[in-house]
Amino acid sequence: MNRFAELLDRLAYEPGRNNKLRLLTGYFREVGDPDRGYALAALTGALSFKHAKSALIRNLIATRTDEVLFGLSYDYVGDLSETVALMWPKAVGVHNNPPPPTLTEVVTTLRTLGKTELPKQLERWLDELDETGRWALLKLVTGSLRIGISARLAKTAAAALGDKDPHDVELVWPGLAPPYLDLFAWLEDRAEKPVNRDPAPFRPVMLAHAIEDSDFAALDPADYIAEWKWDGIRVQAVAGRDENGHITGRLYSRTGEDITGSFPDLVPSLHLPGAIDGELLILREGRVQSFNVLQQRLNRKVVSPKLIKEFPIHLRAYDLLGDDENDLRELPFAERRERLEAFIGKLGDPRIDLSPTVPFASWEALTAARADPASAGAGEDADAVEGVMLKRRDALYLPGRPKGQWWKWKRDPHIIDAVLMYAQRGHGKRSSYYSDYTFGVWTAGEGGDELVPVGKAYFGFTDEELLQIDRFVRRNTTEKFGPVRHVVHESDKGLVLEVAFEGLQRSPRHKSGVAMRFPRISRLRWDKPPREADRLETLERMLKAEAVEA
Amino acid sequence: MRPQDILLPVAAGLCCKPGGFHIDPVRPVERAVITHGHSDHARPGHGAVLATQETLDMMRLRYGENFAGSTQAIHYGEQIRLGDVTVKFHPAGHVLGSAQVAVTCEDTCIVASGDYKDAPDPTCTPFELVQCDVFITEATFGLPVFRHGDAADEVKKLLASVALFPERAHLVGAYSLGKAQRVIKLLRQAGYDAPIYLHGAMEKITDYYQSRGIDLGELRPAKGVKKATLAGTITLAPPSATSDLWTRRFPDPVTAFASGWMRVRARARQRGIELPLVISDHADWDGLTATIAATGAGEVWVTHGQEDALVHWCQTKGLKARPLDLVGYGDEEESETPPSDEAEA
Repeated sequence: MNRFAELLDRLAYEPGRNNKLRLLTGYFREVGDPDRGYALAALTGALSFKHAKSALIRNLIATRTDEVLFGLSYDYVGDLSETVALMWPKAVGVHNNPPPPTLTEVVTTLRTLGKTELPKQLERWLDELDETGRWALLKLVTGSLRIGISARLAKTAAAALGDKDPHDVELVWPGLAPPYLDLFAWLEDRAEKPVNRDPAPFRPVMLAHAIEDSDFAALDPADYIAEWKWDGIRVQAVAGRDENGHITGRLYSRTGEDITGSFPDLVPSLHLPGAIDGELLILREGRVQSFNVLQQRLNRKVVSPKLIKEFPIHLRAYDLLGDDENDLRELPFAERRERLEAFIGKLGDPRIDLSPTVPFASWEALTAARADPASAGAGEDADAVEGVMLKRRDALYLPGRPKGQWWKWKRDPHIIDAVLMYAQRGHGKRSSYYSDYTFGVWTAGEGGDELVPVGKAYFGFTDEELLQIDRFVRRNTTEKFGPVRHVVHESDKGLVLEVAFEGLQRSPRHKSGVAMRFPRISRLRWDKPPREADRLETLERMLKAEAVEA
Repeated sequence: MRPQDILLPVAAGLCCKPGGFHIDPVRPVERAVITHGHSDHARPGHGAVLATQETLDMMRLRYGENFAGSTQAIHYGEQIRLGDVTVKFHPAGHVLGSAQVAVTCEDTCIVASGDYKDAPDPTCTPFELVQCDVFITEATFGLPVFRHGDAADEVKKLLASVALFPERAHLVGAYSLGKAQRVIKLLRQAGYDAPIYLHGAMEKITDYYQSRGIDLGELRPAKGVKKATLAGTITLAPPSATSDLWTRRFPDPVTAFASGWMRVRARARQRGIELPLVISDHADWDGLTATIAATGAGEVWVTHGQEDALVHWCQTKGLKARPLDLVGYGDEEESETPPSDEAEA
């Protein structure tokens, strides 16, 4: 457990993806079975036991420490698990120094432990572990690891142990269970690849590159099929027969996370064995709703009948990866598209429809269609079109982001000119740069016009631009508050940033009352004096337009 | 005699009226008794200064020859009469030359411990327990969440990281007086014998440590060294430098920070630290409480830090305790400002 705690501890501070992978792979190499398997399960969220409530932890510490000292400490540290881990006084009179529990011991004990036995057991473990060990234990039992590791990253690190392709791990994953002895045996070339017995497994997703204007010259329109890019969430809907012949339907996110539980209303529609790649949308009276509406249904633990009724879920299909027992991924896209059309027809379900292709003969024609989707076939759903997708007719379904196969061509994003107000240092490689920017727009205040913050962005600029902004921030700081610098922002002194974003939402949490989706710095407007930056009214107009769409 | 008639907190610091001096005064005074060389305790401009030779040398290094009107060096264990009181210096184990000052008047003994730690430190004389009536203790880490553990284990963590990321540079933020030299010595004791690189701001004081017979192995200035050469190396720098322009000369640096504050995650994250090393030159909670109990003092005065918790603890143990409202002392790591030439250093 202490070695796992050490890993978590280090991961919690490490910002870089590659370094996280190194730490994880190092752990998997160094630690034997079954501990590493349970670690992989913990990191991928595959452990299942009843989590302990924080009240239980509070009661435990109350029996061991002075109430005032605990109060002062908790105020200072700000995190219950951490406070308890740090101040836990070991029981007096424990002389035999029992060895700390292994991760396996903790996980397997928690699985079978009754609720009444939990406090005593926790107390014993807290006595046996060191500070970091106690912290990790408490995070584990309260179910709040939160160390910035995705399941995908953990699996990629495991794959690296045996120089295997992470996609192969994803493929076999649904058939595996902790502590993954068969997986590690395969990764270390001690056994054959585990067979995926899952009736409805996830298939690693194919992604597109963003197309640039300069790319078109080299592309022949005749090689491509275009379709709308819908502003929803990309999913994979899979149905298959289990050994008893029953149909199992599952919905996966693009990273392979099983999200079936959040969309029970779609499951009955997955009654034909196959694997659809598509977009999850909300449809009301046949019309696609905006992303803001869809958002109401995301990340819900409990899905009420009311929610299902008010936000009816819909799947719009792009591609077919499996048709009954047949794997279609080795077929060219044009053929898969034909199979998809037949499949959706056979399915005949109102909740699942086909995403139409966009006919075009030249790039000019497609440019026109993208500029005006309503007249190019998207009709009343045009507002939910985020752009167009270009797919090579002969593209196989390849996991990852293979070059030159699929392109995404987004509609122009919303753009405003805002003024840089505050800057904060970045993390990791960027920790010596002011790379997180808060920007604002003008609004009428009591003493005339004033800037009100409307968002934060920390990417979109080039490395060279980062250097320029960093220099500007350092030379134009008016005040410092810890890691935050106030940067000069007056009507004719300051830096104007062109900010691009995908959408707007009303937000009571922001002083300005609006929140941007996916904001990034698109250009530096050294040429523009701050007084010419946009006003809050402009954003409010955009917000109204969005509301009409919704 | 009442203890407060011997020592009393005033605006300039802790004042001993019957002895005619101040301990670690924050403003220029006629006679100053100084516990150790950190800049919040040892300031320039006093008329006369009484301190250990090391503390006087450090003040000279930092402030120049004329940092005080006159100076007098005192050894550990040496006793001097000042006015109506006697003053005796005892090792505080905080940094090289650091001392506790025992002030005795008639039959009352007060120990002003300055900053201290009871943990082992290969770069200074170990802390000595002094029996007294009133113990004045710091409370920098005066909360039970602060337990520093074994510094050698933290250094092992650093070395493991260097082994795991041989293509990156490791930058260790450490206060330039005391902490840096202790970390270097601990690295040597752990068997690390490669050259260790130094930020310009810590070269002088580190040279001084070596001149006092503390062997720190081969040290090199980081200045002017090619980026590629710094891969796989360890560099010590003042904490503020590890998150500034200066770091751009290092290949993909891992930022470490050696400090007792690193026990608390939020503190480490706030500073963008990737490798927190819990190494402190102050006593932790267990050290503070054990020391207070062992001095036999019936009364405890608590200063700079988390006074509330320590005062509360004393009271639950039946000891008279009160916070001493002294201003101007802080944690040296928090207050250290980078030298102005740092961007170029």
